[in-house]
Amino acid sequence: MQADRMDFSPLLGGTLTGEEMARPETTYLKDVWRTLRGRKTAVFSLVVLVLLVFMVLFGPMMNEYNYYSNDYAAANQGPSRVHWFGTDTLGRDLWTRVWVGGRVSLLIAILATIIPYAIGMLVGGISGYFGGKVDMFIMRLIDVLMGIPSLIYDILLIMVLGSGSISTLVVAFTITGWLGSARTTRGLVLQLKEREFVMASKTLGASPMRLILRHLLPNTLGIIVVGMTMTIPSVIFAEAFLSFIGLGITPPNPSWGQLIKEASEVFKQYPYRFIIPCIFVGLTMLCFNLLGDGLRDALDPRLRT
Amino acid sequence: MVRYAAKRIVIALLTVFTLATVTFFLSKLLPGDPFMNEKIPVSVQEKQRAYYGLDKPVVQQYFIYMGNLLKGDLGTSIKFVGRSVVDIIREFFPVSARLGLIALFFAEIIGILFGILCAQYRNRWPDYVLMVFAILGIALPSMVVGPLIRYVFGVQLRWLPVGGWGTWQQVIMPAFVLGLGTIAGNTRSMRACMLAVITQDYIKTARAKGMTPFRVVWKHELKNSLVPMLANLGPMIAGVLMGSFVVEQIFVIPGLGKHFVNAVSTLDYPLIMGLTIFYGSFLVVMNLLVDILYGFVDPRIRVK
Amino acid sequence: MQHVLDVRDLAVSFFTYAGEVQAVRGVSWYLDSHETIAIVGESGCGKSVTIQTVMGLLQSPPGRVKAGSVLFDGREMLGLPARELRQMQGNRMSMIFQDPLSYLNPTMRVGEQIAESYILHNHVSRAEARQKVLDMMRLISFPEPERNMYVYPHQLSGGQRQRIMVAMALICGPEVLFADEPTTALDVTIQAQIIELMNELKEKVHTSIVLITHDLGVVANMAQRIYVMYAGQIVERGSARDIFYRPRHPYTWGLLASVPRLDQKQRRNFTFIPGTPPDLLSPPKGCAFAARCPYAMAACASFDPEEAAFEGDGHYARCFLYHKGAEAMLQKAQKERGIEA
Repeated sequence: MQADRMDFSPLLGGTLTGEEMARPETTYLKDVWRTLRGRKTAVFSLVVLVLLVFMVLFGPMMNEYNYYSNDYAAANQGPSRVHWFGTDTLGRDLWTRVWVGGRVSLLIAILATIIPYAIGMLVGGISGYFGGKVDMFIMRLIDVLMGIPSLIYDILLIMVLGSGSISTLVVAFTITGWLGSARTTRGLVLQLKEREFVMASKTLGASPMRLILRHLLPNTLGIIVVGMTMTIPSVIFAEAFLSFIGLGITPPNPSWGQLIKEASEVFKQYPYRFIIPCIFVGLTMLCFNLLGDGLRDALDPRLRT
Repeated sequence: MVRYAAKRIVIALLTVFTLATVTFFLSKLLPGDPFMNEKIPVSVQEKQRAYYGLDKPVVQQYFIYMGNLLKGDLGTSIKFVGRSVVDIIREFFPVSARLGLIALFFAEIIGILFGILCAQYRNRWPDYVLMVFAILGIALPSMVVGPLIRYVFGVQLRWLPVGGWGTWQQVIMPAFVLGLGTIAGNTRSMRACMLAVITQDYIKTARAKGMTPFRVVWKHELKNSLVPMLANLGPMIAGVLMGSFVVEQIFVIPGLGKHFVNAVSTLDYPLIMGLTIFYGSFLVVMNLLVDILYGFVDPRIRVK
Repeated sequence: MQHVLDVRDLAVSFFTYAGEVQAVRGVSWYLDSHETIAIVGESGCGKSVTIQTVMGLLQSPPGRVKAGSVLFDGREMLGLPARELRQMQGNRMSMIFQDPLSYLNPTMRVGEQIAESYILHNHVSRAEARQKVLDMMRLISFPEPERNMYVYPHQLSGGQRQRIMVAMALICGPEVLFADEPTTALDVTIQAQIIELMNELKEKVHTSIVLITHDLGVVANMAQRIYVMYAGQIVERGSARDIFYRPRHPYTWGLLASVPRLDQKQRRNFTFIPGTPPDLLSPPKGCAFAARCPYAMAACASFDPEEAAFEGDGHYARCFLYHKGAEAMLQKAQKERGIEA
């Protein structure tokens, strides 16, 4: 070695530091976004969903038809330059009906996901945070109610509430839908409660509600968002299911489930009428599922491979 | 284990009780009245109400109803005049049960096999192909797949009968549609379970013993991944049961699901109530059995 | 004499999305029969990766052996066909891990887990295997072996689980036993029992042990020779006596100073080494320890030091303090540490 040229004078302090930040700084959200962006299927799903929402909002304005006017002269037409998706038995424009139906289906799906989740998170947060008798009571209640199959009760609830409107479906889905998220949130809160940052702010005198709302629930959001993304397709399915057995949105109002049900009765003659709404239902469920998968991988670093 | 099972049984009993109570009071809130009919004189209507015990106070009706339930009496259908709900279940449920069992049996096996394949070939082509299939199976509900394959294989290709019940050919399409969701769901969760197991430390121990990859899968990974899969069995049974409502409608199968849907459209309230309680209790019992089975399979619960 | 295990210039990298992590950067060591050696270092210094590579357990991808050779009984292990490698694993070399709970299969009875590799490598009947398991459990003086071979891991205490791991690893009578932090997850009192057990079994089963730990206290009671590892390199090596009583590398000084000792009369401050190990995504130029070294010199930041030899049985340290130009700093260091030259 070039021993003669080597310098054995003391290294000045600060020339090298042991505490250097090893990697470029990155925030949690940035990290999540970076991982999500790396998953082509998730990005693709997000783009498709944004497009679908756009079409659902503005699609009906793209031609001069509305979703409810009958026009017997134009009944049972195939897709054409006038009626882009054709018309149904009453001569209603299917392009318009598909997008208005999508509006209804998506609105139900989103409301019937967010509302039960909000309720479930609050109940679960309280149960997990306070523990003891409160927790005991709430958890036994949930155990008992969880055993009741929700779709069957949705049927009964909708019959009681009077079938046919968006709000009826949302209320029914909320009554049966908050249990799962309450249980999940409680489990997460129980874990988080023992963590240092909660201890720290507890010793600083934060009130229970502040702890639950500011520290505990925000830290459960990652998993909750994934859960919500996965719940939306199941609500879309439930809506289609109820329409199929005759308990969905009342005609002439369309929903995707309603359109599928109507079209399945005349499938042999007019297959396109069935296939078009099916494609959109399938696409929506597919994209939410794929997005949920991507989000889960992005939010949970332990599952990264 | 005994404590664990006892706790499950108590919860199941409470659930069935809640279920029956909720069903009863909800039914009291139902709008309309099957006997309200302008063509029938009011006196006759009164008589009919009295026959069904609907003239008594609600609380008294509740106790009578619960008492009848304990005796195994689920009430009497209105549209099938004079036939008890239990009678109807006895006649039509076996059809649904047979179809459901066939669908569930094959779907569980196929789904678990697919999941194992996915996990072992993760991020290679068998994984991708099967996952695309699984995702489609989840994204396409039975009311979409049902009419489609019925049209293709029944109407166009004429390979299989379009509906009805009795021959084995008539079972294939409905069982496939009914099981599709289970296959897809199991493929996904078996893949996830197995991937979680593969990264466990004890798999490293097994590899350090010099075991072949196949032996590691067979002796260490499989059982540990199947244990959490059991928890899925309950929801899968529920899914097949609900699916039967749709599938029996599409393929014209004389099962209980078809009658439930008909009861909804004809507002046959006693039949709806009876079947709701029946389906509910059936699922509660199934979940109970799955829970107890879970306790047997997982030594961490069994030996307590 | 031929070494049982001879590792030469081993280099292992992990290829991750962030780039190449050079976990092991040219490491050489050997193990003779009936010997216990220890590889000591902080977590992340590459000690576990080294033995996983030797054992043929390196996950690939992302891991990849970039250079070097591993001779087991004179036979090259790297690139051995999977079949032949499996005949070695668990049979002629085996391993015990840090956390016995997570490294035992939760749904399998412990007896069955112990028997597994014996059946696998010796093709014996279940009855024979059962007898062997009982022998092993008696050898580790496990209470009530007939009954306890049928329990599940979660029913045992941490110490008992680790003994099961030891029995499992030794049932085929391996020539080499790797012990990766075997006592870290255990209570202090149990640690001593496990160390005692391993020392005892080493004689009975005629095995050699490679011990991996960050705890010099464990090493003192087991190892004849010690390798001190830092940032993927061996910075000092020598007999246990040399390392404990005549350490030469500033990192070893730091390690020793952070071990609480009862035998020292003068009250010493309990110290730690400031700073963190370097990021092996981009290893520093020069000596990896320079950034944390209290005696760093200009040369340390730009050149990689070579091994300097000392009197004693194969005692070497990779440090510029012993270079002929660095007397001034060496004297300063020795004065500060209160040691005569």
